[in-house]
Order: sequence, then structure tokens, then C-alpha cells
Amino acid sequence: MLPGGFELPLEPRLPRLGSVDAVALEERAATLATRSIKREAKLFALDLAIRMMDLTTLEGADTPGKVAALSSKGIRPDPSDPNTPSVAAICVYPNLVPYALERTRGTSVKVAAVATAFPSGQSPLDVKLAEVREVVEAGAHEVDMVIDRGAFLSGRYAKVYDEIVQVKEICAGRAHLKVILETGELGTYDNVRRASLLAIAGGADFIKTSTGKAATNATLPVALCMLEVIRDVHEETGRVVGMKVAGGIRQSKQAVQFLVQVHETLGLAWLTPDRYRIGASTLLNDVLMQIRKERTGRYQNPDYFTVD
Amino acid sequence: MTKDKREIARRPDKAPMATAWDYAPAPEARDIVKIQERYGLFIGGEFIEPASGERYTTIDPAREEPLAEVAQAAKADVDRAVRAARDAFANGWSDIKPSERAKYLFRIARLLQERSREFAVLESLNGGKPIRESRDVDVPLAAAHFFYYAGWADKLEYAFPNRKPRPVGVAGQIIPWNFPLLMLAWKIAPALAAGNTVVLKPAETTPLTALLFCDVLRQAELPPGVVNIVTGDGRTGAELVSHPSVDKIAFTGSTEVGKAIQRTLAGTGKRLTLELGGKAANIIFDDAPLDQAVEGIVNGIYFNQGHVCCAGSRLLVQESIYETVIAKLKRRMATLRVGDPLDKNTDVGAINSKQQLEKISALVQSGIEEGAEIYQPPCRLPERGYWFVPTVFTNVAQSYRIAQEEIFGPVLSVLTFRTPDEAIEKANNTPYGLSAGVWTEKGSRILAMAKGLRAGVVWANTYNRFDPASPFGGYKESGFGREGGRHGLEPYVLLEDA
Repeated sequence: MLPGGFELPLEPRLPRLGSVDAVALEERAATLATRSIKREAKLFALDLAIRMMDLTTLEGADTPGKVAALSSKGIRPDPSDPNTPSVAAICVYPNLVPYALERTRGTSVKVAAVATAFPSGQSPLDVKLAEVREVVEAGAHEVDMVIDRGAFLSGRYAKVYDEIVQVKEICAGRAHLKVILETGELGTYDNVRRASLLAIAGGADFIKTSTGKAATNATLPVALCMLEVIRDVHEETGRVVGMKVAGGIRQSKQAVQFLVQVHETLGLAWLTPDRYRIGASTLLNDVLMQIRKERTGRYQNPDYFTVD
Repeated sequence: MTKDKREIARRPDKAPMATAWDYAPAPEARDIVKIQERYGLFIGGEFIEPASGERYTTIDPAREEPLAEVAQAAKADVDRAVRAARDAFANGWSDIKPSERAKYLFRIARLLQERSREFAVLESLNGGKPIRESRDVDVPLAAAHFFYYAGWADKLEYAFPNRKPRPVGVAGQIIPWNFPLLMLAWKIAPALAAGNTVVLKPAETTPLTALLFCDVLRQAELPPGVVNIVTGDGRTGAELVSHPSVDKIAFTGSTEVGKAIQRTLAGTGKRLTLELGGKAANIIFDDAPLDQAVEGIVNGIYFNQGHVCCAGSRLLVQESIYETVIAKLKRRMATLRVGDPLDKNTDVGAINSKQQLEKISALVQSGIEEGAEIYQPPCRLPERGYWFVPTVFTNVAQSYRIAQEEIFGPVLSVLTFRTPDEAIEKANNTPYGLSAGVWTEKGSRILAMAKGLRAGVVWANTYNRFDPASPFGGYKESGFGREGGRHGLEPYVLLEDA
């Protein structure tokens, strides 16, 4: 049974969830990954990747100092090149939100907080909601919540949906809500599609692939599957939903592959930080290195890029 | 990077949004392959001059530039090639140890893999197909065919239990221009595995990869005369077909020529297999995974510019999802990148020849005149070369020429149906019967459709997928005989009781 609001107004046709064929989806994703992006087209993508980046640290060992350093890096990723843009946001655990806010104040860089018992989501609802309330009140611009996969996989879709709705109520008007599906735990692309629709119906501003803490994170076919849901929702209802890929994206080449997917699935309109984000911790320096390589024709020693 | 290339428009209070992301040209280097100025005929392991001295120019259809001078083989040349094949058959090849034959085939397969970039570039240059396809489909599949049949060479008695398979003799093989190297592999690999020798005629417009393949045969040290390659137009093919010393003809090409060949061979006792045209139905049910089905539609008709005998050129959509599918299809078509076949980002390349372009244009014109609604995405075509914009016709009636005749170009005709029975009826209502596609989430429906469709290949939730282990061939005017798999050996063996 699907909760109310799950159905999208698909008049005059019957509402359909739709299904996904795994073989064909993976084939399409693999074909798109063979696009050869060179020279100015590559520089465009790398610049965009920085502007779309949610620079992330989600470790038990995170400290105010670490978060401050990362925030500075996010504001000015490459001090030697003033053309380098800032990242979109700094993504941290709830306790570290104040430190990230303090360092990024007055800049374009937003602060995103993971919440709802990240990464497992296996805590009582009131604890999760309290956490969301805390980070929003602390001033986080964006909330990255996780769905309750235990509920989803046992067929309790209404529970998943209700949680998203309640989190959304707290965020509404104050913070952007990204809903993490943790696709590596959902098992099938059909489930990814269902969870995406559920999250969107529940009020997600963005849907996000993964926590970065599971064995499988953002893969190209999973991201493509989610983009296709976003496209269907936009076509049917006009509603714009953003997308965030996260986990395992460490190299520029991967980032470019994800961006090509967006370009050829949703078009230019989604090639903006307002609608697409890349969550990553180590990707940034590789992008900076590739940009310098494109500009100068040679690779520079990693020591010339700051480690934060 | 210059500002204008980047084209970033600043929006107030918003992140900058791009107005274009043009992929920079990413051409595959063409100097990896050395094209000779002129080629002879490959007979008895040597390149020899055609007896008449007659030649013609083979071109790059994307640039309309000449690539090489190729020999036009006449009766005397074909005769010489057939005699070379007969000699090789009688003096060794038919009775060497089967594991030796396998060894040569394995060598050829490995050499094709090693030289895959060369072959891919040459295939795209001479045929107009995108390098992405020649690199990822044509060449790897050609190598896979040789590997597959190499494995059968010393196991023929297991392919035909309780029978004693013997080679047929000299096989005359005539192949088309749409998959020049792959069709060569489909033809030569099973013939050699079963102990036959070969005279092969590549298509008139696309002889170059076959001629480069001769170099692979030399590297593999294949005994002279086992494979002979004669180039030329239809006259050369006709000489090969009517040569008295050829034991078997294998032809892939148009239904019209196939019928002529069959008439010529009547009463001669020569064996014949034909793989001819098609007008395949690609059937989309309302429960299909739609985004993937749209990919399947695109792959079914725009793969290799639609120069595919099994292309899904008739789209049958269940009426309840018709608008959604067409909207998705049109949007997807707008992302197709048409242009330089050597660019790694090209999805749709050049039309193979001027003649073919004229045929496609004429059929499209007939579609417009008969009242079908045409859609072509906005698309910049290069100034030189032969090009055709990916096209879809809606409001097509079963009686229109574009629903009946094989267009062999990037042109899709869309029809609708209401029930599975109607889909089968419409799909089968054609003189052809080569292939069909079915898109549905329901397994039982796939099986029922496969049973009802009179087509040699039925793809379920995929399209244009090939594998050497899978037999391929047609019903009705799409021909007879199977290529690929164990079935593909049958035309090349005489079976005696063990």
C-alpha cells in the first residue's frame, strides 16, 4: 500500500510507479561513461564540479579545527588561482555545524548537516526529529537526512514517508532537505525508483544516493535511475527536484561522468548547484590538479595543493 | 578557456547557469591505420593485379574523399580465386588435424584484438559508422566469432551427435556494407572451422577492412588459398555465384539480390543460405520499463544509422502509453550526436553511400506524402558527406510504404496496438521475419510473444544484442539458414551417418 501523496497526478493515465530494467539501465550508464570530454569542455565540467561540491567530512574524529580548515578550503580551494570558484557547501555532523557556520559566514558557501541518526537511521523518531530541529535552529542551510531502510525493506513505506514529511515540516522555509536513500542497501533499481518517488512525494528538495558509509555508494546506473525519476516528476508535475551523488567519487573523471549523465538526461537546466550536488571529501584536490593540468599542459606535484 | 566558449550567464541571487556545454571534438587518431593507395585481389595468399586492370575508388562517406583504389574482379579473377580455394581445400586444409584449424582461428581472433584500433578506425573511415560502435561492437564481436568457432573446430562430432560431419568444399561468400568486418567474421569463421575454404566478396563500397584482414591472415600464417578475397561490384558477386566449382553460397544483403541468387542456383545442387532484409517490430507494452525501452527504441533504429537488417524499424506502442513514449523518444532523439564518425562522442554517423541516401530520402518523402507526421530533432549536419537526420514518423498506417518497405536508414515508423494479439498480428503482417523486440515486465508475456512472433530472433527488454553463441537468421523473405552458434556450422558441413 502506498501512503497518500505518493501518487503523482498523472492524469489522464493511471498513476504508475514505473519499473527499471537493470541490464538496459546499466548499458545506458556505461555508454554515457564513454563520452570523451576534452579541453574547454573538460574545464567547464571541472569548474562546475567545484561549484557543485558539498565538501564533506563525516568522521568520528572530526574536530572544530578540522572543520574550520575544511571550510577555509571550501571558500578558496586554490589560493594561487583567483578564478577558482568556491564549493557549494560544507557537509558535517550536527555538533560541528556552529564551527562551519562561523568560518563560512559572509561567503557563498552553505553549511549542510547530516541528521536523523546518520548513517543508519535506526533510532526512535523523536530522537531523529530532535536532531533535525537542533541543526536547523543552529543555522544549517541544508539538512541531509537518511531514510529508514529497515522500514522500507520490510514494506512499511508509510513509515518512511511519514518520517520524511515530519522532517520536511521542521525544515520548511528554513533549510533545504536532501533525502538520502542509501541505494547500496536497497538491492534493486526498482527499489531505488520507489524510494526516490517516496522521498519526492514526502517533500524532498534533493534526493541523494548514499551516506558514503555503505559498501556500495554512488554508482553511475543508480544515479541515472534517480535522474530519470526526477525527469518523470518534472515532466508530469513541473516540480523541480535536485540530485546529489555522494560516496566514492574521488577522481575528476568520475565527476565528469556524473555530469555528462545529468547533461544528457535532464539537460542544462540541472547543471547548476541549485539542482545538482556532488558530495565528496577528496575529490576537490584532484579536480584542482586536473584544472592546472589542462591550463599548463603538465601535472603538478600534489604538494602544491593544500591538504585540509 | 575563453569566456564565450563557457557561456555562463549570471542570474541574480542564483548560482550561474550554463547556457551550453559543447563537447570539444574528440577524434580518434586516423594515422594508426595505413591505407595503401591501391589494392589488388587476395588470391592464394598473395595480392595480385586484376586480369582486366579495372579498378574503382572507394571513399570515406563522411567526407566524400577517396581512400584507395580497389580492384574490380572479373570472371577470370573469380575463376582464379575459386581454383586457389579448390587447391587449398584438396591439398591440406580439409584434412589437417581439426585442432590445427582451431589454432589458426584462435590466432586470427587474437590478432584482431591486438589490432582492434586499426580495424575500428578503418571501419569507421570506409563505412561511416561511429567509432564508438566500431570500437565497442563491430571489432570485439568479430574477434569473438573467431574465438567461438575456433572452439568448435575440433569438436564437430559433438555438434552433430551420431553423425559424421565433413566439409562441403569451396564456399563463395558475399557480404553487405553495413557491418563489413563483422559479416566477414560471421561468414569465414564457421566455414574454416568446419574445414572449408573460402572466396569472399566484400561489399562494393566497404572493401577496406576485408583487405586489411588479409594482412591478419598472413600474420596468422594461414595456408595460402584457404581464404581468398575478391573485390568488386555486383558483377563480381554474380560471377562467384555462377562459378561451377563453388559448392556453397552464403549471401547477406538485399531480398531482391537474394531472390536472383536463388534463381541462378536452382538445379545446380549448390547449397545456399540467405540473410536478407527485415522490417522488425519493436513492441512496447504498457508495463515496460519506459526509460530503458526508449533506449531500446533508439538503439534499435539509430544504431549504425539504421543500416541494420534486424533494425527495429517499426515501433509498436500500446496505445495507453503512446503519448508518454513518444514524448520520451523525441526528447531522447534531441540528445543524439550526429556527425564525424571518428569522433568518440558521435552517436550517429554518415550514411554509407550516395545511393543509399537517395533511397532513404525517397522513402521519407513517400511517408510525408502518404500523410504520416514527421519529426526530426534540431540537428547540424556537416556540409560534406552523406547524412540523414534521425527521423521518426507517427500516425503511420500499416499500409504506408514506410511501414512495409525496408528503409535501411535512421527512420522509425510508429504504430499503436491495443492487445497482445493485435501486436502479434501487426508484427507478423510483413513479408519479412528477421527479428522482433518485446518490452514488458511480465515474463509470461515475453514467452507468449516469442512463440507468436514469426521472426528468427526475438529480443526481450533489449535490442540489437549479438552473441556468437546465438543463432541468427530469418523467416519468410528475410532468408533461410542460421549464422552463429552450433546452428551456424550446419550450412558448412555434409552429414553422413557415423
